[in-house]
This record gives sequence, structure tokens and C-alpha cells, in this order.
Amino acid sequence: MTATVGTGTRVLPPLGPNRRFKVPKQAERRLGNGLTVIAVRRPAVPLVELRLWMPTGRTHLARGTMLAQTMLSGTASMTSVQIAAELQAVGGGLSAGIDPDRLMLSGAGLVTGLDRMLEILADVLTGATYPGEEVGTERDRLVDRIQVAQSQPAHLARTALLRRIYGKHPYAVQTPDPAQVHAVRPAALRRLHAERVHPADAVLVLVGDVQPERALDAAEKALSGWSGAGHDDELPPAPPLEPGALLLVDRPGSVQSSLRIALPAVPRTHPDHAALQLANLLFGGYFSSRWVENIREDKGYTYGPHSLVEHSVAGSVLIAAAEVATEVTAPALLETTYELGRLATLPPKPDELEQARQYALGTLQLGMSTQAGLASLTSAFAGNGLRLDFLAEHAARLAKATVAEVAEAARRYLAPARAVTVVLGDAERIVPALSALAPVHTEPARP
Amino acid sequence: MAARRSRIPATKYPVERFTLDNGLRVVLTPDRSAPVIGVAVVYDVGIRSEPEGRSGFAHLFEHLMFQGSENLEKLAHFRHVQGAGGTFNGSTHHDYTDYYETLPSNALERALFLEADRMRGPRLTEENLRNQVDVVKEEIRVNVLNRPYGGFPWLTLPPVMFDTFPNAHDGYGSFDDLESATVADAADFFRRYYASGNAVLAVSGDVDVAEATALVERHFGDVPARPAPQRPDFAEPDLTAERRSSYTDALAPLPAVAAAWRVPDPITDFAGYLPYVVLAEVLTDGDASRLVERLVQRDRAVTSLGGYVGFMGDPFDVRDPTALLLQAHLPPGGDVDKVLRTVDEELDRLATDGPTDGELARTQARMATHLLRDTDAVLGRALRMAVLEQQRGEPGLLNELPRLVGEVTDEQVRAAAATLRPERRASIEVIAGGAR
Repeated sequence: MTATVGTGTRVLPPLGPNRRFKVPKQAERRLGNGLTVIAVRRPAVPLVELRLWMPTGRTHLARGTMLAQTMLSGTASMTSVQIAAELQAVGGGLSAGIDPDRLMLSGAGLVTGLDRMLEILADVLTGATYPGEEVGTERDRLVDRIQVAQSQPAHLARTALLRRIYGKHPYAVQTPDPAQVHAVRPAALRRLHAERVHPADAVLVLVGDVQPERALDAAEKALSGWSGAGHDDELPPAPPLEPGALLLVDRPGSVQSSLRIALPAVPRTHPDHAALQLANLLFGGYFSSRWVENIREDKGYTYGPHSLVEHSVAGSVLIAAAEVATEVTAPALLETTYELGRLATLPPKPDELEQARQYALGTLQLGMSTQAGLASLTSAFAGNGLRLDFLAEHAARLAKATVAEVAEAARRYLAPARAVTVVLGDAERIVPALSALAPVHTEPARP
Repeated sequence: MAARRSRIPATKYPVERFTLDNGLRVVLTPDRSAPVIGVAVVYDVGIRSEPEGRSGFAHLFEHLMFQGSENLEKLAHFRHVQGAGGTFNGSTHHDYTDYYETLPSNALERALFLEADRMRGPRLTEENLRNQVDVVKEEIRVNVLNRPYGGFPWLTLPPVMFDTFPNAHDGYGSFDDLESATVADAADFFRRYYASGNAVLAVSGDVDVAEATALVERHFGDVPARPAPQRPDFAEPDLTAERRSSYTDALAPLPAVAAAWRVPDPITDFAGYLPYVVLAEVLTDGDASRLVERLVQRDRAVTSLGGYVGFMGDPFDVRDPTALLLQAHLPPGGDVDKVLRTVDEELDRLATDGPTDGELARTQARMATHLLRDTDAVLGRALRMAVLEQQRGEPGLLNELPRLVGEVTDEQVRAAAATLRPERRASIEVIAGGAR
């Protein structure tokens, strides 16, 4: 039965001429203390975005996580409430986060408050005190937060996947054990701060309605007194993926299964990267991909399947993720393997590649069209030794990647033979069918 | 601490409004600072309008609007947007449903074509309906059933606070209701609510007004005219006695609680409503806010806390009846009664003493940043202006919001706090069935 449909006679209008790809101007200065400051002007709204990236390779996990949790808890001159209130007064805010690559302080505020935000930032960087009372409170809150995370299927699936693909590498475990969190004392945080929170390899990014030179001057004025030269531990390269039995993590009673597939990938600067990015789009990297059209729009197995190349300092990996109904877990995996295999062994159609190419180029423009987007992009690039002008090179590579190059990238990186597969779900209900597709190794869910 | 007051800045996005002969209202807001555009179509129908026995239908229908239309096969919409370098989505709210794209600006005409085509008529087939019922069920599993705190509190608090089906029911819908939906239901829903006279189109970003106006007329001008249906009255009386409820969430490791109080009509009494939007931030925005300082830092009675107006946290996109909400997660074994008592105590204190020196000004400065940041994204502008046009006939209000928020006085915040009495409160407690 069909309703409310007329006869199709109208023709899709063509696209207008492509706007030339323009990277916004940036200014950069290395301060005497070693801090790199990058400023980008986008005057759209009277705000400024701030990102401070400090490398933290091989930081003790529980202490590092607590450092981020308590860094804004007080300085010699301000309590945590005063820090928050003073930032609010200029429309500002700061938050801290950590992962195995970096400690990040980020925020945004009214551009008229830039100097004040930088002043408060400097006070935190040079004088965070980690007061006992606040550290105690935040320790308990962190443990609560970890418990909530560990009750989320997406978190459990990711935890299992990281452990499976990274083995003994520092990337393998990224959530601290509550017992270790409980053992963190203020003195250890002050020590860690002294060791790791220093300007030598840090990058500060400021983006907004401010002249870049003026932003650099403001940063220099506020942050020149930040000193110290602790150490950075280089991360070892991430190990190559080792395909093997499907790892099934048992979550009794789960009404969905979380599929996670890891595949090899290359860093942004690798000659294969543009072709790999396009191959990933064709497979599952956007809605109009083979995987989404198959397991969602045709089969209705899932809501939001997606695949993404994740870049970290020590290596890159392609991760495909889908939450599928328990009863179709094995069929969904079968279709996934089929789509990977089809792309790895047969070249894509030229118009299918054109569509993915336009998407890749268009979303580069979209990503640069807000202050927040520009700030995060600039910071992620700078943390990996790149600058925004890399985008122009990357766009040029995307524009000229051929069908043959994309097919070759798919063969090399998206082959199901190279996949590491983890499934979180109700083992009793899904193991029998999954065992028909691959050898299955079952483990209980572990936090 | 010195009460320095930051000057609240404003945006000056230009606004062009017109109405086509078929009743479609149009808002254009040009800004040529980046080569991108936002296109939004908002229909004046949402969760409150779905009929009994068809819970979740407004959202299911939103999915069906992506399944092909008069001149477009299934999958074509997605491919045409993304193949132009853009992204798309749609979302279903209590009072409206939106459809939107953000794209490089050379795709303006294409986006208008795509939206006009489905405004003329989506392809409603049995096969597409069954497929999208399956997809929506997986969406509900991922967001509600397979995770802790699913639907808390936006789905679990309305049935405590409200008595009528439109306001109280589960907007995601029951699996039974979703499975009994028919193509005929969808066709009726489309005819009734997806009328040109019931829609607003907004275009923001890198466009020339004259050129965009001509393109809008070319593509939407011959969409058949259908008038907007009469909007039912969804009013309910305020609570006169406290309401409390609780349920066990088998997956939740920590207890949680949410409480809500009715607020003035956001449309007809905007001046009376705005102080509540500010009050929610005074209470909960950041470590220096009243309730965070007291409950998180001082008492350690809760581990996280949030507050906002509108069940989806959408204070400028809702109609009456709506509410100011507070929600908190408690440490293991935490005492919900004590948390609610402390909230009452802090509200009393604010109602008696008013905000402290500088407390309101700093909260308003921070709210200005949030409001401005949301409008920096070209799509954020199109969406907000479309809804402001639909609900108020006033898209330019977007430019005024930071200033209006900044004009709320200590006395207004004090008076708003004084109305949040326990006897007007509805609350829901999550019992931690997954506690270890």
C-alpha cells in the first residue's frame, strides 16, 4: 500500500560552483618558557575558545584521572567556588580532562574576559593546591562516576575492545580501578602536577573574536611566569592488531549486543590516509554507507551503526560499532563481514566514491565554521604536530584519490581477515549462532 | 568578592520574514562569514499531539519522512545531502518536529528541493513502515532499555506531574503501540499536521536574500496549500499537593532523584517565565552555584546535579505546560528525602534573602556565553529561529535573548524561588537495582 505519493517528475537541482577551500589565518608564538600559543580569528560571536594541551604519556592512571578531577579545586589565593565564580563573572568556565595522550584544559567565555580567564588559568597552572577536603570529595565522586560508566554497555564494550587490541600498551586500560582511586592522596597530586603540568611541550589554542596578535600578547603576559621542566614519557608505538577468536563478553539479560570491530589504520600524515578515510566512509563512516544502508535501512537490525578512524599519538585504528537486537546478533555480524569483504575485494563504483569524496570535503568546511569546532580541530592537530594548513593538503589528497587507490586501501585496511571482533551481550542467547561464524572465546564482563 | 559586572554583548543577525501564498512561513538570516548554510523545516506537531493508543507515533513518523518522497526513492534524501558535503537529521519534541541539513552553501537549492519534495508527500509504504518500526525499537533499546537511567527523567517524570495523556505519556512509545501503527495512520497524520500552513522554513548562513527568496518561491510555491489544524488546549491545573513516585532501575548503580515545579506560560507570559530560566542556572550552573556548592561540595549528599527548564532542557522551544527540573545522582546508599529537604531549605534561603552580591550577574554572563555559543553554529540559528517564528512569530528574539536574560532582577529571581514549594512539587526517585 502506498499513500500520498504523486508521480515523480521533478529533477534534482545541480550543485552550484564549489567554494574554494580556505583555511583561516592563524598566528603562532613560542614563549620563553617553551609554551606554544596558536591564535585563530573567527569573529562571528563575541566569544573566545580556549584549549590547553599538555602531553601526559605514561601517567599513573588513577593519579592522572584524579589530577584532572581536582586541578580546579583551589589555588593559594582562591577556593574552588571562587575559581568557578570568577570565571563565571566574565562568562567563562574551565574544565579539565585526561586521556593517555594529554591533559586538556578547555573552556569558553566572553571575549572581553579573555585576560581574566588567562589570569585564572595561570593561577591554576602555577598554584593549584589540591586541598585535602576537596580531594576527598572528588575522590568519592570519581568512584561514583566510574561505577555509572561501568553500568553502561558502550563503556564495557569499549573497555573490552581496548584491552583486547592494546595488550600491555598504556592505551589498553583507560579507566582507573576504584581501589586505586581511593589510594590517591593530595601529596601525590601535587607531585604529579610538579612533574607533568609544565609549559615546555604544551600548546595553547585561542580561537574567537580577537586579533591573533592581541591574543598571543595576552597569553604571553598571563602565562610567561609558568615554568618548570618536568619530564614527558614518550609513548611506545601501539602494537599491530592480532586477529583471533571473536571475544564474547557476557552481559546476562542484555537486550542488545554491542558489536565492536577494530581494523588497522594509519596516521593523518600517511600517504594512504586520504584513501583510507574514503574507504571507511564507503563502508560505514557516514549514513549513506553500505553498512548503514544494509543493517539499518534494509534489515532494521540497529539504530546508529558507525565506523571511524581514531587517531591517537601512538597510533591509529579504525573502529566500527553497532548496537543490535540480541536475536539478530549473528546475522548482523555476518552482514558486517560481508560488507567489509565486498569492499576489500571489489572496487567501488565511481559515483559512490564521488559521493563520499564530496561528503569528506564538505564536512571539512562545516567543521571549521564554528569557533568551538576550529578550536578543537586546531588543538587536536597541534597535539599531533600539525597545523591547520594541513587541512588544505588533506583536502587536495581527498580531491584526487582514485578508485584504484581507494580499492587498494580497502584491501589493505578493511579486510575482514585483519579484524579484531568483540561482542558484548547475553552469551547464553548469542553464542550458539555466533559460533557458526567464528571461533568464540567467552569471558565475563569485567569493569 | 567584588561584584564586577560584565557587559552582556548581543548578536545582530539580520532577519527576513515572509509568508508564501500556501501559508508556509519563511525566515532568512544571512551571514557570509563562512561558506556554509543551515536549512530547517519545523512542523507544529509533537509528542503532545499523538493520539492515545499511538504513543511514539510523532517520532516514528519523523523517521518515515526520511524514507523517500514524491520524486525521491528510499535512501535518496541521505545520499543527496551527504553527496553535497552536508549532514542531516530530524528530532521530535513535545511541541514540534524538526528536519534539518547543514551544507556547503553551493547546495542551497538542492536542500530546498529535498525539503519541498517531502512537504508535498513522503512515500508511506508498508515495507518502510515495518523497517522503521524495527529501527525505532533499537533506538529505544539503546537509549532506554539496555542502559541505566534510560529515559530519566524526561520520560519518567511527566506521568508523575501530569494527568492527561498528551502531557503524561511516554513520547518514545510502547512497542505494542509502535507495532500497531499502520500506513493509513501515517497518511492521516501527514494530511492533518504536515500542512504548509503548519510549517516554518528557516535558512541561515551564506545566502543572498534575493536569490534565496526566489529559490524558496520556486521550490515551495506550488506545495499544495493546507491550513494549520487547530491546536488543542493542553492546559492542566498546577499541583496543589506534593506528588512522589519511585521505581527500581535494575541496571542503575546509584540512586537518583528528579523534581519538577510548573512554571509560567513560556509564550503568553514570557516576562514571568524568564526568571525561572535564570533561576535554574543560579541553582545549578557550575561549582559556584547554590545547589552544587551545598549538595555536592559541602554536604556530599549528591554526586552530580543539574537543573533546567523544559523536559528536554529546551527553555525557548516549549509551550505551556512545562516545568523547572532539578536532577541529581546520589552516592551509594544516599538519602533522597534529605536531598529534597536540603533543596527546599536552599530555595527558602534564596526566597528570603535573594541572590548574594554579584551572584545573579555572573550567572547571567555565563548564560550569555552559552546562548551566543549555540548561535555560532549556522544550523543552531536556523533551528532556533524557525521555532521562535512558529511559536511566537518573533525569530529576531534570538538576538535579544542574552540581553533579556541579563535584565532579570534579583527580586524576580527571589520571587521565582519563592514559588518552588514542596506542595507544588512532583518528584521521581530511581532505586538503584544495580547497586553492588
